[in-house]
Amino acid sequence: MLTKRIIPCLDVRDGVVVKGVQFRNHRVMGDILELAQRYRDEGADELVFYDITASSDNRVVDKDWVRKVAKILDIPFCVAGGIRSVDDARRILNDGADKISVNSPALERPAFISELADAFGVQCVVVGVDTRVEDDGSLAVYQYTGDETKTLKAKHNTLDWVREAQRRGAGEIVLNCMNNDGVKQGYDIAQLKAVREAISIPLIASGGAGDMVHFKDVFEQAHVDGALAASVFHSGQIPIPDLKAYLNDNNIPARQ
Amino acid sequence: MTQRDLVIIDSGGANIASVLFAFERLGQKAVLTADPDKINAASHVILPGVGAAADAMTKLRAQDGLIDCIRGLTQPVMGICLGMQLLFSFSEEGDVDLLGLIDGRVSKFKQHSADMTIPHMGWNNVVLEQPDHPLLQNVGQNVGQNPAQSPFFYFVHSYRADMNDHTIGRCTYGDDFTAIVARGNVAGCQFHPERSGKAGAKILENFLAL
Repeated sequence: MLTKRIIPCLDVRDGVVVKGVQFRNHRVMGDILELAQRYRDEGADELVFYDITASSDNRVVDKDWVRKVAKILDIPFCVAGGIRSVDDARRILNDGADKISVNSPALERPAFISELADAFGVQCVVVGVDTRVEDDGSLAVYQYTGDETKTLKAKHNTLDWVREAQRRGAGEIVLNCMNNDGVKQGYDIAQLKAVREAISIPLIASGGAGDMVHFKDVFEQAHVDGALAASVFHSGQIPIPDLKAYLNDNNIPARQ
Repeated sequence: MTQRDLVIIDSGGANIASVLFAFERLGQKAVLTADPDKINAASHVILPGVGAAADAMTKLRAQDGLIDCIRGLTQPVMGICLGMQLLFSFSEEGDVDLLGLIDGRVSKFKQHSADMTIPHMGWNNVVLEQPDHPLLQNVGQNVGQNPAQSPFFYFVHSYRADMNDHTIGRCTYGDDFTAIVARGNVAGCQFHPERSGKAGAKILENFLAL
């Protein structure tokens, strides 16, 4: 049976793992390779590395650590941040990453998604979507969220954008729910459910995990394929083996 | 471990580095090449691949003599992911004839329920149909017909090979398909053993021991 994926996310800035609250006020959480190794050993299903400054600073993620991570990991990993061309993506995949994730550059030029899918296959292409529930209840996509001074609302409605991303060749969507990010009150079930119903490619929930029950809820209620979290894993608050045992006890298949 | 003369066929796919690194972790060096002479001279050959079947066949055809070379190999050969699919006769992905080393068809997953997302992406368990096969030694607990106890591997694909007489590992997603195949000197894994933890590494190690 296909298991639900538990995916620690490592936000990388200047070669170290950091974590902020609602995309802001970043503090250092640790060394990239040490954390990667720890999660491999704890039974993480996959890792995501986001270079959170890259897109807004207009530079590609540093290649150096991608290769090092690829050498030690025997689980898949995805690299995100500042991938603006097929060549940028090729370098990262050739260094051993399994997937690349694009966000702001895909919003600037949606055809970029198709170019990546044509070059590497849809299975390599993840589209990250930073989305916020607006005061009027509508869902809006934001871009350049790595830098609060540059963050702006994109013209897309979230549901339209995920459909377009799928149509253009995305193999997976990571939905970062900005209202919930870092506040540990649970995933945005309603929004994830709406997105789940809009697309047929895998969907990964991101933003809001604070307790094991939040993972159970998002898998049971929003039917997502994986759940991504950062600080609850980095801090050791939720040990991955405990989380997986808990999910299996609740009839949610997890790889142990 | 004894060093083998391992060659990874340079099929232009994007997962070649991870395959190389996986063998490095086992202490095994590998040469990346599309040169038929070097491939013929190897003791063990890996055919990697990600992407689309038709593109991959076009790339193999572009290299003079490469397809005939692969078809004529007598040493252990293992296809990984798309590389495994290429071993079969025909793929619906681009309606293309494949290498034809193993009879069988590759077709797209059919969505059996709304929850069944495609690509099939993530860790799924594989029931070892022939647990005594040399490739499957100590890969996981056996297993028998109890899927809950069979080993997990990491899959990423939208097309899959039907079950056939040479299926030695079976996976289920919507319906059953071939996860591991072996016929004579030729074998293949639909999942990524290089990204499938200890169970995946064990399969690569078993392959080198063939």
